[in-house]
Amino acid sequence: MSPSSVALAIIIAIGAAGACLGFLAGAHRKLDLEQWTVGGRGFGVVLVYLLMAGKVYTTFSFLGASGWAYSRGGPALYIMAYLTLAYVVSFFILPPIWELGRRYGLQTESDFFARRYGSKYLGAFVCLAGVAFLVPYVQLQLTGLGIIVEVASFDGVRRGTAMAISVIVLASFVLASGVRAVAWVSILKDALMVLAALAIGIGVPYAHFGGIGRMYVALAHARPAHLTMPGATPNLGHPWYVSTVLLTSLGFYMWPHSFAATFTARSGDIIRRNAVVMPLYTLTLAFVFFAGFSAVLALPGLANGDLALLTIVRATFPAWFLGVIGGAGALTAMVPAAIFTLTAATLFAKNFYRPLFAPAMTDDQVGRLARAMVVVLSLVCLGFAIYSSTTLVSLLLLGYSGVAQFFPGVVLGLYWKRTTLPGVFTGVVAGVGTVTILALTKHDPLFGINAGFIALCLNFLLTVTISLGRAGADRGFCD
Amino acid sequence: MAGVETLIKRPSWGAILLGLTPFAAMCFSVALWDRVEPMLFGIPFNLFWLICWIVLTTLCMWAAYRLECARDKQDGERR
Repeated sequence: MSPSSVALAIIIAIGAAGACLGFLAGAHRKLDLEQWTVGGRGFGVVLVYLLMAGKVYTTFSFLGASGWAYSRGGPALYIMAYLTLAYVVSFFILPPIWELGRRYGLQTESDFFARRYGSKYLGAFVCLAGVAFLVPYVQLQLTGLGIIVEVASFDGVRRGTAMAISVIVLASFVLASGVRAVAWVSILKDALMVLAALAIGIGVPYAHFGGIGRMYVALAHARPAHLTMPGATPNLGHPWYVSTVLLTSLGFYMWPHSFAATFTARSGDIIRRNAVVMPLYTLTLAFVFFAGFSAVLALPGLANGDLALLTIVRATFPAWFLGVIGGAGALTAMVPAAIFTLTAATLFAKNFYRPLFAPAMTDDQVGRLARAMVVVLSLVCLGFAIYSSTTLVSLLLLGYSGVAQFFPGVVLGLYWKRTTLPGVFTGVVAGVGTVTILALTKHDPLFGINAGFIALCLNFLLTVTISLGRAGADRGFCD
Repeated sequence: MAGVETLIKRPSWGAILLGLTPFAAMCFSVALWDRVEPMLFGIPFNLFWLICWIVLTTLCMWAAYRLECARDKQDGERR
């Protein structure tokens, strides 16, 4: 058998195993809206852990982290810091959100806003903005998947074909099993990813330099500036690092799917315990960096940094191992893409369409509309992924800057009773507007500071001053 | 009002302080540790520092967890 067919066979086998897990996860269960979106609020430590940690290992952390280490150097370290600190933030905000979710039957982030501030329009705005920022994220996962399968199959499967097949598979297991499918496929995906990261992080430096230490000595000698900030970039220095780490760690759980994953837990204590152990999961990223830094000297001059990891793996390991990486990589893209489409579809049906256009809809009808939206959204994202091209990290950072603008409304809404609807509405609209304008006019970073962070400060300021200015009705979560 | 007080409890100051420690170490102090030398265990100092703090963050959060649990228990007895 040729290397290409060996690799291809393994990719297909892993993909099929993942799909089977996804379908089996929801078998013999009656899937009403509550089961489909939040798993009946019955997940224990392991499933919640995998559902939340599953998003650490997206194609972004795999290809993007190594790609940044390769093309930008030092600034890539922000990824390890923000993931760790995001869990610290979650320790303080997720348990109360879970309590409120159980008490008021919340299933989405928009539910939270609509309930806390008593406005379906704010809920609908959060929903639209959330969906708008989720679409590029799904697109990013699909683009990553296309790259991984194409390189890992030695160009045996073209990018477009790989993306189309995976969209069909992930849409069908989401339709069949909802959030349960995502959690179960994560088990296989994470096991493969951790093994792959360790093998690559140790094997690549060893094969090309004789060890991790020797690789770093060689790199520090040849390109001393590459390993610290701003590395190979002109403007990603320390102010950028601090503002980006703050923005992304505060914004992490503002992603509508991460927020909603909170509600799948069986108790608030499970979420707290998760927050304690999850930082350790970030350790494996160090190994991804080892591979990315190795590629700087071993494979200089690659045009696309996102390809650094796979290219060096292809130059180092046998074909069957490339197949394992390809399969793991495909699952790694499909799991987040699946939960994003699930969340976005539920948001659209439950928090946009029903409150504004069809208040009489029953939960069952909302569930049917959400399922239809899964199909529509998957196709939209597939279209974007095939017809547009942007590097992975820039897309991700735009989304992060956007969803982080929900943070003031959430944290002040939880802990500060005087927060008012006009304050939050003005803040979040100004924040999202600022981010979009600065990103579209290519002013990110602005004066060496992350543009999303500037928008977040403006957002906080507006929310607080307007809330203080108007002695609004004290709503809180008590009435 | 009683509903809110029992539903949402502000975290204790001890837990907040423990939560701020990793932010100080991994984020605000970047200018102090962002350098290559000394390399420890063959890893540049900045990466080594972050790896250490990932482990220390878990310890901090474990301590915060114990604090919050102890407080929950106390509140339970008082009620």
